[in-house]
Amino acid sequence: MPTAASAASPLVLDVGAFQAMIDVLAADGYTVLGPTVREGAVVPGPVASVDDLPRGCGDVQGPGTYRLRRRDDDAWFGYAADAVSWKSVLFPARELIWRGTATPDGFELAADRTDGGLGDPPYAILGIRACDLAAVAIHDRILRDRAYPDPRYADRRRDTFLITVTCSDPSGTCFCVSMGTGPRADGGFDLALTELVHPEHRFVAIAGTPRGGEVLARLAGGPPSPQDLAAADGVADSAAARMGRSMETDGIKDLLYDNPEHPRWDDVAGRCLSCGNCTLVCPTCFCTSVEEHTSLTGQDVERWRVWDSCFTSDFSYLHGGSVRGSARSRYRQWMTHKLASWQDQFGMSGCVGCGRCIAWCPVGIDITEEAAAIRSTSTTIAPGEPGEPSREA
Amino acid sequence: MAPDLDLDPGASLAGSPGPAADAMRPRPFRVVRVRRDTQDTVTMDLRSLDGAPLAFRPGQFTMLMAFGIGEVPISISGDPQHPELLTHTIRDVGGVTRALVGAQPGDVLGVRGPYGEGWLASAGADGEDSEDGEGGDVVIVAGGIGLAPLRPAVLQLLADRGRYRRVSILIGARTPSELLFTDELERWADGDVHVAVTVDRALSGWRGPVGLVTQLIPGAAFDPAGTTALVCGPEVMMRHVADALLARAVPARGIRLSLERNMRCGVGLCGHCQLREHLICIDGPVFGADRVLHLMRTREL
Amino acid sequence: MRTAGQLLAEHPFFEGMDDAALDLIEGCTRLEHYRPEQFLFREAEAADQFFLLRSGHVALECHAPGRPAYVLDSVAAGGVVGWSWLVPPYRWFCDGRATEEVSALVVDGRCLRAKCEENPALGYALLQRVAHVMYQRLQSARVRLQDLYGVPGGA
Repeated sequence: MPTAASAASPLVLDVGAFQAMIDVLAADGYTVLGPTVREGAVVPGPVASVDDLPRGCGDVQGPGTYRLRRRDDDAWFGYAADAVSWKSVLFPARELIWRGTATPDGFELAADRTDGGLGDPPYAILGIRACDLAAVAIHDRILRDRAYPDPRYADRRRDTFLITVTCSDPSGTCFCVSMGTGPRADGGFDLALTELVHPEHRFVAIAGTPRGGEVLARLAGGPPSPQDLAAADGVADSAAARMGRSMETDGIKDLLYDNPEHPRWDDVAGRCLSCGNCTLVCPTCFCTSVEEHTSLTGQDVERWRVWDSCFTSDFSYLHGGSVRGSARSRYRQWMTHKLASWQDQFGMSGCVGCGRCIAWCPVGIDITEEAAAIRSTSTTIAPGEPGEPSREA
Repeated sequence: MAPDLDLDPGASLAGSPGPAADAMRPRPFRVVRVRRDTQDTVTMDLRSLDGAPLAFRPGQFTMLMAFGIGEVPISISGDPQHPELLTHTIRDVGGVTRALVGAQPGDVLGVRGPYGEGWLASAGADGEDSEDGEGGDVVIVAGGIGLAPLRPAVLQLLADRGRYRRVSILIGARTPSELLFTDELERWADGDVHVAVTVDRALSGWRGPVGLVTQLIPGAAFDPAGTTALVCGPEVMMRHVADALLARAVPARGIRLSLERNMRCGVGLCGHCQLREHLICIDGPVFGADRVLHLMRTREL
Repeated sequence: MRTAGQLLAEHPFFEGMDDAALDLIEGCTRLEHYRPEQFLFREAEAADQFFLLRSGHVALECHAPGRPAYVLDSVAAGGVVGWSWLVPPYRWFCDGRATEEVSALVVDGRCLRAKCEENPALGYALLQRVAHVMYQRLQSARVRLQDLYGVPGGA
């Protein structure tokens, strides 16, 4: 008989209880997704058993570098950021908006639903990192909580059960501490787990919502000992002290607003391929396009919402040409949006410090290095004012 | 079996959306009348199939859809006092607009909207709502097809003429044959409004001014301090007009510019229409010069 | 009946000009009227005068065989037509034609050039004003050269 634990107080789950948690969620109707290893990377996948998790798997990430490594223990969550973020589940790359048919009276539309290909919602996401959880909160603000919500996102999001796992081993590209998003989440989850491997493999679990507590209440486990709690805190503290990178965020909005002609943009333009990888892997990028797919007769139309990237040459097309025709202007747009304009638009930074853009850039452009370079050679004089310094790096 | 779910305390109040809550679903509108304005521009009147009028504020736009081809943002160019007819002036610049310009009476188009902040009563850079021009002078400056989004403002001003002091409408076009709404200009002038027209060039026989629309500003009577200027046209033209009005000491926040950018959704979700921190579709398309003129001067922003 | 000097002083082109300078210019000035469609000057003619418009409207036209003449610029009341009197070879660049009744102060360019040779200060003051007019006309031409209302992105 499971020990009834108050929804508010932490619980220690052993390996068996962890499996039971997966089973409870599945029995409740969730499609349980979690980190899985596929083709040499940690990516979202279906999780039916703890054996599906990336046991003993760590990662090495750096500019333009991502590879998995074998850990010397059997931790299940010993990697840093998944190669593919949970954006791909909650905000699929391709989504049907409506189907339409031409009629004598014009056209008729019917709503339809597609999802990300990992099974039907509702989803239980097991193992989302604090940085990615912060990204979900950002998407909630952008896609759900403004004047015109995306109803498909709102639907999918409302029913999603979120289980976060504290980061124990940040990678060389991580800087969540600088962005104030990790390595441990302090809200926005149904359940938060911290993995402890020694002396026994166990998880300190706390509930963040009534429905999280309700699931915990059905699991076997006792309250954590003071040593358990101290060890859990230690995981977070140790991770916070081992960030691979940092970003000075003080005044970064004005820094980027005031430097649209900084020579560093020319420098990065010489490296940037405009491939758009950064926008694909970034968990907060949300730009989309709309496509009409027509049958050969033109009678049937599907309108699809698809991911788009500000790096594409016609993203800013405006009858005649693109406003941002050069790679220089497009990199400037992405970085200024992410770190600066996002704040004016949505009330927070667009960057959660996950470092994926650094790892997955084919030429290893590092957003923290670019920001630091602009900061170190910027002056306080805005362009166009008398006394503007000569343009030398 | 769907789980019994408690709402996350952070969840929005959006609830379960039905078709009405989906801003991406167009309403069908039938083309009632099409008038050819120039060789590449038409003005068409549309009526919704369900008969419901589309109430709008001058300066707003809709996402206009040619079924199976796509959607584009088009400013509403009709009379806000008569929203039972939805009027759009459309220029063929390829792709979707070509299909729209080719639409015939009886065809059904899709409409989403109206969207955007309009010409009168928009927030200034400090977040404060500007007065809607009431009691002061109004200077309207239109370049080319920019007259179309301004026409609803003109009609609203004429219908409420007593609320404003002196009203000037300054129009620039490429050549006399490319002027829009020429049949109405006389009526506007009759409404105690100063109307002046200039063209970039003309054939001999044209007796009016030839030159930039900014050259019409000295001939307009207005007290700069209390003036609201509504400006629409190509961006280069708007920069020069804004500079000319600033040189006359019209306050920057009183100079309203209607901007354009690539739009895919019109509702602030697709991210395409950004001008730095501004989303043209929901923060604009009308902005005070105090918020955007400096951004318009930065290349490729 | 006001003198040419008084009319000169009233014209915006000479705003801020001192009385001594206006006296000198008055000696080169007369008042003229033109009918609608009347040519004030034609292309390539000797440009020995310039016109300060008091009322009316003047179109600057360029003609070519096989097509109607283009109107390339126009000047309204308060404006000034002509600076070719200051720049060799002192020839009109295009035709100038009244599009309505025009009342203008016509200043003899040769007469004024001679006075400027003797009086550099007068010359400088005139040059400043003429430069401003040229500046505005050039910017106007440059903006219209961009064909902003033309086919977007087209030829």
